[in-house]
Amino acid sequence: MNKFPLNKIRDDFPILSSKINNHHLVYFDNAATTQKPKCVIDSISNYYKNYNANIHRGIHTLAERATEEFEQTRSLIKNFVGASSTKEIIFTRGTTEGLNLISSSLAKFHLKEGDEIIISEMEHHSNIVPWQMIANSNKLNLKVIKVSEEGEININHFKSLITHKTKLVSLVYISNTLGTINPVQNIIKICSQNNIMTVIDGAQSSAHKKINVKSLNCDFYVFSAHKMYGPTGVGVVYGKEEILEKMPPYMGGGEMIKDVSFTKTSYNDLPYKFEAGTPNIGDVIGFKEAIKYIEDIGLENIESHEISLKKYAEKALNKIDGIKIVGTAKNKIGIFSFITKNIHYYDLGLLLDAKGIALRTGHHCTQPLMDKFNLDGTARLSLAIYNSTDEIDYFVDSLIKLMNR
Amino acid sequence: MSTNPIQNEIIDNFKVLEEDFEMTLNYLMEIGEKMDDYDEELKSDDNLVKGCQSKVWLSHKLKDDKIFFSGDSNTSITKGLLSLLIKVFSGQKPEDILNTKLYFINKTGLCRFIGTQRSNGLEAMENKFKIIALSNK
Repeated sequence: MNKFPLNKIRDDFPILSSKINNHHLVYFDNAATTQKPKCVIDSISNYYKNYNANIHRGIHTLAERATEEFEQTRSLIKNFVGASSTKEIIFTRGTTEGLNLISSSLAKFHLKEGDEIIISEMEHHSNIVPWQMIANSNKLNLKVIKVSEEGEININHFKSLITHKTKLVSLVYISNTLGTINPVQNIIKICSQNNIMTVIDGAQSSAHKKINVKSLNCDFYVFSAHKMYGPTGVGVVYGKEEILEKMPPYMGGGEMIKDVSFTKTSYNDLPYKFEAGTPNIGDVIGFKEAIKYIEDIGLENIESHEISLKKYAEKALNKIDGIKIVGTAKNKIGIFSFITKNIHYYDLGLLLDAKGIALRTGHHCTQPLMDKFNLDGTARLSLAIYNSTDEIDYFVDSLIKLMNR
Repeated sequence: MSTNPIQNEIIDNFKVLEEDFEMTLNYLMEIGEKMDDYDEELKSDDNLVKGCQSKVWLSHKLKDDKIFFSGDSNTSITKGLLSLLIKVFSGQKPEDILNTKLYFINKTGLCRFIGTQRSNGLEAMENKFKIIALSNK
């Protein structure tokens, strides 16, 4: 951990030197969104200052430059996730749109009445509601894998849910509420043996764990830029080319067409078939810098720094009397949902905010999971690349003082 | 009777806090704790105010054309806010409740601490008071 350039990294994030309510900002709401390094902020500003233009169809210099920078992000992401081709990388507004794109499109050609979809109890609302919507419209059955008290997927229960009608499994890689790292490799293997399509919600994993979609062998992998030090409003759907080729478009409009007449329209090639309208050009370009930033430090280094932090936080939290951590899976990242015996999470969120500490309170868009644990919400601390043990000490100290007053 | 004198009194009480976030939160929790006990049986869905991250219950009694409110919350800070609203609205005639413009939230600096999402809960609480007033007009 000594070699990890924490001070330099902290300097790269301008917001970290700001003061909140007269205290140094301690940002522990990284599972909601991460902060942005200067290189990302500068590249977006640079695009608007120096080469703003609409992409792909313009022939002038600015359009060429913008197109090139935009497409470079796609290539970089292709390598980042280990895809075979840039045709497999589709830009969206975020993970939510990605999941809606997949579910809406599959509803039109792959999923028929009586078919079954499996999700888990720990899914974010964005990996529940889109499937519920097509289950209603296409008369599909939505099945739910049980999660243990520790917050782990019950593999045997998952296996027992599979029938010859099971067509798709959509599962979160890392739970935004519990921090659990799910055994997706194992689940995908079982699925491919049974000819079941797999969708992996990578919103919480992409900034914390190295991923290779080819060795994982998932059919889809979906994630957001803003949870990995990039801008908001950009996400990615990775999909296997042979499946994407067969899928009908999600939205109609410009960019996604080859030829349009009032009687017939032919669609564009991949990936543009799924990118109707002018995309979020400036932010996609900014996203490139975020990927480069992560790769320069190295995901392995980031992972080991974050594992040390997680262990440190876990040890410190476990020592506090009167708090209960929700989500104690063996394999988890630095996300800690907790409740205290004497302070409601809402009060706690405000009281800690008064001390400059930003963390999340509420149901974290996982109401069914909260119901399972008989809770209506928790406070959630989530760690990232720039967090330090000093910050954890300050947080624990503040928490203990608040609980003992 | 106009609720303005009561609102002005609240604004005066807050002056000593000098818009310090931590002191304001502590003050809100203190005045919340001083509220009268709320009957557990009144914690029904009908009395629940929707739209808050925390739970708020509000009920009322009529006496001489005036409405008297009582309430509770499962969070201390919201309970403090609720107690301020009860102080403003309780014992007023329905017309006076409906005519009230809540300006003390801005003048005390509370608005700075109760951001958008949080103030939604406040708006829901204010609406509940006014709906009760409207239905007793």
